[in-house]
Amino acid sequence: MERYSIFSLARNAISHHRGWQRAWRSPDPQKTYDVVIIGGGGHGLATAYYLARECDAGRVAVLEKGWLGGGNTGRNTTIVRSNYLWDESAGIYEHAMKLWEKLSADLNYNVMFSQRGLLHLAHSVHDMQEIGRRGSAIYLNGIDSEFLTPGQVREMVPFINLDCRYPVMGALLQRRGGTARHDAVAWGYARAADNLGVDIIQNCEVTGFRIEDNTVTGIETTRGLIGARKVGCVVAGHCSQLAELAGFRLPIESFPLQALVSEPVKPVLDCVVMSGSVHAYISQSDKGELVIGAGSDGYNSYSQRGGFDIIEETVGPVIELYPVFSRLKMLRHWAGIVDVTVDRSPIISRTPVKNLFFNCGWGTGGFKATPGSGHVFAHSIARGEMHPIAEPFSINRFNTGALIDEGAAAAVAH
Amino acid sequence: MLIITCPWCGQRDQSEFTAHGEAHVARPEHPEQLTESQWGDYVFFRSNPKGVHHERWVHTHGCRRWFNVVRDTVTDHIFATYRPGERKPEIKG
Ligand SMILES: Cc1cc2nc3c(=O)[nH]c(=O)nc-3n(C[C@H](O)[C@H](O)[C@H](O)COP(=O)(O)OP(=O)(O)OC[C@H]3O[C@@H](n4cnc5c(N)ncnc54)[C@H](O)[C@@H]3O)c2cc1C
Ligand SMILES: [Zn+2]
Repeated sequence: MERYSIFSLARNAISHHRGWQRAWRSPDPQKTYDVVIIGGGGHGLATAYYLARECDAGRVAVLEKGWLGGGNTGRNTTIVRSNYLWDESAGIYEHAMKLWEKLSADLNYNVMFSQRGLLHLAHSVHDMQEIGRRGSAIYLNGIDSEFLTPGQVREMVPFINLDCRYPVMGALLQRRGGTARHDAVAWGYARAADNLGVDIIQNCEVTGFRIEDNTVTGIETTRGLIGARKVGCVVAGHCSQLAELAGFRLPIESFPLQALVSEPVKPVLDCVVMSGSVHAYISQSDKGELVIGAGSDGYNSYSQRGGFDIIEETVGPVIELYPVFSRLKMLRHWAGIVDVTVDRSPIISRTPVKNLFFNCGWGTGGFKATPGSGHVFAHSIARGEMHPIAEPFSINRFNTGALIDEGAAAAVAH
Repeated sequence: MLIITCPWCGQRDQSEFTAHGEAHVARPEHPEQLTESQWGDYVFFRSNPKGVHHERWVHTHGCRRWFNVVRDTVTDHIFATYRPGERKPEIKG
């Protein structure tokens, strides 16, 4: 692998950037692998990378039906934070945060991780109680968490309209929260995994499982049958379809979740501001676009489009809170299909089929967990035993009642 | 936004309605005999199909009555709406 550095940049500049190597190979699938990961989003690629780097997992492949990062990884609003209520969530999201903090160096790929600070606005007495409870729990878990007065919010966002239809009564701040470049996360993991010998196979859709003696032995794909000793399935919104192919059901429903970006403008907003109770999340990308996250549709769907009414419901509060944005044109708008569990926590788990593992249910908020999720999933698959951080996220919790209820805790979880 | 035909009120905008998930998930006959695991299956596990979906809606800002909808979850096309207790229409996706 050609290392990226200031010197490689200078060298390639001399040859007018025509000499760059491809970042990863595009091999044909082999007949059989030790581990096959289904889904080439951030979580699947990270899993493959840690399998190859830390787990001595043998021959590893990633099968992706479309292109890398074409799912929710490339469609999300890139908010990264670790300030969740419950201990189990703190465990996984903070594990991810620590990996984010050295990810660019680790992958030799600039994922543009920017800890620019993240605010949760509180607009009502209920919101104030929620951030009070959550902020204190987070603090007790050793994760940074500060309360801000409306005046302090104004210092961070000078043009915010504090006294509007959605009055700002306070905010919770995580200074280590921020954003990262979503595509770079997929590409960085893909390049680093490929360099360690992982076969990344795009345009290869999984259409069935070979299961003998209740044990997975192979995968049927649009590029033929591929043998596998172990399989990790990380397909987000399509996890119910894959589970059905393997003969079981999941406690998940899939919904469209939308986002939109404005025309690019000069730097104006240097932190992330989330407003759960009015469903408006906003940050500014390094290109200058305002990145706005909306709520999900109220009915399950795979239409990857989402309802118009949701856009209006999102843009309304945005211009109420930030009147300066009212004349910006919106340039692009899209949706991704998110896999939502009832407790708004993910599933990282064994399944009823032996050697078949699922990592799904990240719903509206899994981008931030990408490194941590991949890391603990890789170790779980390799050992055949769940990593302690992943253990509470077993699919069994829906049958035992040990839910990890972030839904009730935070209403929404981007 | 979808246009939904309430079986009582006729065609209305989707914003008058709220969706409540998969229909025809029957409450177990003898709940007292269920194990925790069976309860979990009944309460939380869903088919979440990519294609034809039978689902429950309420006309929240209208007659406030419940009814069922058959919708294609890929195109969001609505095939039929029907009242609770009516036979589930057979629709091939
Ligand atoms: C609009 C929007 C905003 C969001 N905002 C945030 C945010 O600000 N912060 C945050 O933390 N999270 C956010 N999320 C959630 C986040 O994007 C996801 O939780 C996360 O990216 C999931 O990553 P993944 O790798 O599991 O899934 P994906 O990136 O969706 O990857 C799954 C892959 O599986 C592939 N696949 C599916 N079926 C098959 C098959 N049969 N065979 C082979 N491959 C298959 C798909 O093509 C896809 O590439 C947002 C999501 C959306 C849609
Ligand atoms: Zn009605």
